[in-house]
Amino acid sequence: MSDDIVLKTNDLTKHYGGVHALEGANFELRKGEHVAIMGDNGAGKSTFVRQITGVEQRTRGKVWLYGEEVSFAGPLEAREHGVETVFQTLALADDLDVPDNLFLGRERTYANWLGPFRLLDYKSMRQSTIDALNRTGVKIPNIRNTIQNMSGGQRQCVAIARTATFHSKLTIMDEPTAALGVQETAQVENIIRTLKEEGEPLILISHNMRQVMDLVDRIVVFRRGQIVANLRKEDTDGQDVVAYITGAKTGAEYEGAA
Amino acid sequence: MTDTSHGTGGLTFDNSKRSWPNEMNILLALIIIVVIFEILGQVLPYMNNQSFLFDTRDRFDTIFNEARLQIIILQVAIIGIIALGVTQVIITAGIDLSSGPLVAATAMIAMSFAQTELVNGNPNPKAIFGTWAMDLPVIVPVVIGLMFGAFIGAVNGTFVAYFRIPPFIATLGMFLICRGIALWWSSGRPVSFPTESYKFLGSGMMPVVWFLGLAVIFHIILKYTVYGKHTYAIGSNEEAARMSGINVRRHKVMVYMIASMLAAFAGVVLSAKASTAQAGMGEFYELFAIAMAVIGGISLTGGRGSIIGTVLGAMVLGVIRSGFTFVKLDGSYQLMAMGGIIIAAVILDQYRQRNRA
Repeated sequence: MSDDIVLKTNDLTKHYGGVHALEGANFELRKGEHVAIMGDNGAGKSTFVRQITGVEQRTRGKVWLYGEEVSFAGPLEAREHGVETVFQTLALADDLDVPDNLFLGRERTYANWLGPFRLLDYKSMRQSTIDALNRTGVKIPNIRNTIQNMSGGQRQCVAIARTATFHSKLTIMDEPTAALGVQETAQVENIIRTLKEEGEPLILISHNMRQVMDLVDRIVVFRRGQIVANLRKEDTDGQDVVAYITGAKTGAEYEGAA
Repeated sequence: MTDTSHGTGGLTFDNSKRSWPNEMNILLALIIIVVIFEILGQVLPYMNNQSFLFDTRDRFDTIFNEARLQIIILQVAIIGIIALGVTQVIITAGIDLSSGPLVAATAMIAMSFAQTELVNGNPNPKAIFGTWAMDLPVIVPVVIGLMFGAFIGAVNGTFVAYFRIPPFIATLGMFLICRGIALWWSSGRPVSFPTESYKFLGSGMMPVVWFLGLAVIFHIILKYTVYGKHTYAIGSNEEAARMSGINVRRHKVMVYMIASMLAAFAGVVLSAKASTAQAGMGEFYELFAIAMAVIGGISLTGGRGSIIGTVLGAMVLGVIRSGFTFVKLDGSYQLMAMGGIIIAAVILDQYRQRNRA
């Protein structure tokens, strides 16, 4: 396997009882590449992501991360391997502030012999939070403010800044701008561009055609649990992608799949 | 926002929303209540210008009426110890109703290992076990009591976290079970005549020492440790906590265990203070402990609340109790007033929350 493949899946499949939510997905992501996953509701996009990140356990198939075969028991393990996910439902705790959320589940601590009562290293976490926000260009006036006092855009930016804090090997965003206004969407898109400039690979799930055409290098289309197209941005346009999404067209190499 | 190069436009931050800590409101309420009683002492005709809080009779060289201050805190100290635990449970969006009967059950069990062999030269008339359980070092009954609490808490936590029983139901069941254990332990007979060292645990102002000492410890734990952070995170957004890799179930079991150990310790202190243990002890303690936390600004939906708030909530209840005694209104009025204050506290809190978002 060549060295520049970040993520590869082979025959990735997930059945929920009799429902075949994901069927035989073969997917590749190269270094520095930003790939969009598109498809109708229930096409298997989120299911695909959940299998990779270990939120759910796959029915069959294999996943390689940087050439190493992986099978994550849970999202934390995926995260420890550098896979950062911004979930569709924001995984933020409303009553905590920005550093708390950024470091939730992997707090920096000292006096570790105290076990669960080990002490939090607030100072270092705050500094890293400020660094991460600077890196991604997110401006949040007061990081000590709790999440519940923030706008949807700020919340999304916090969720995304989390990925930047930990220099992830792979970032996955599940509809990061679905609930945002125009300006907030622009801010999130700017963060994605920053990640691109820094060469961090990204999988973006989105329904927004303009956004996808703007931001990514390649588009993978899901339909009824299967991958039906793999299109380089230069070789396609919005209408073409819609044709694949709705089932009017199927990629040559996926003929007979859907 | 002049720099829009990163598209921050439109995102503003209102500094006025910077939160004035909730605890300050409770402190304010506490002061107002004290002032009301102070005024009542001056204006009520039968009060003869007595002062509620200050020492006005110049008998002693003190500013405050220290006896009253001591009573205010002493009478809420033992329930306050329970409230420290139930605060943590409520922060995880749970509830613990079993603490009152657990106090009684623990008192019975711990006291059984704290008895003296001889009472005035005669064998202990309330002896539960043989002489092997007599005159043991004080650590033995305390550890046994805490272990019993930890066990009950582990059962509570396991039912809530692993069997997904609603906390209200799980701990309601444990409420009855613990009362049953307390009655069963000595067939309803009281357990009495503890050793001197056991009595010391509850003597004088010791309950207050325990209460405030434990409050400081748990304030630090909730604010500055991973355990505390995860407790808030689970109550705030359990799903997010799980996705962040927190072992939510294990953490909940730990929270319920700590809460029950605190209630068990309250049982030890209560029985030491009373020098006896009875199956009916601790009645309504669980509800008063929850009331302290609620007055202290905790949110029953989880994620919010603090030890400082709960301590202040305990003080509010203590002041009201002392105040009603001070103005010579009996217990029936106290209960009505406390009920009103609990409801008022929640209404005020909801109003605050609405204005915030």
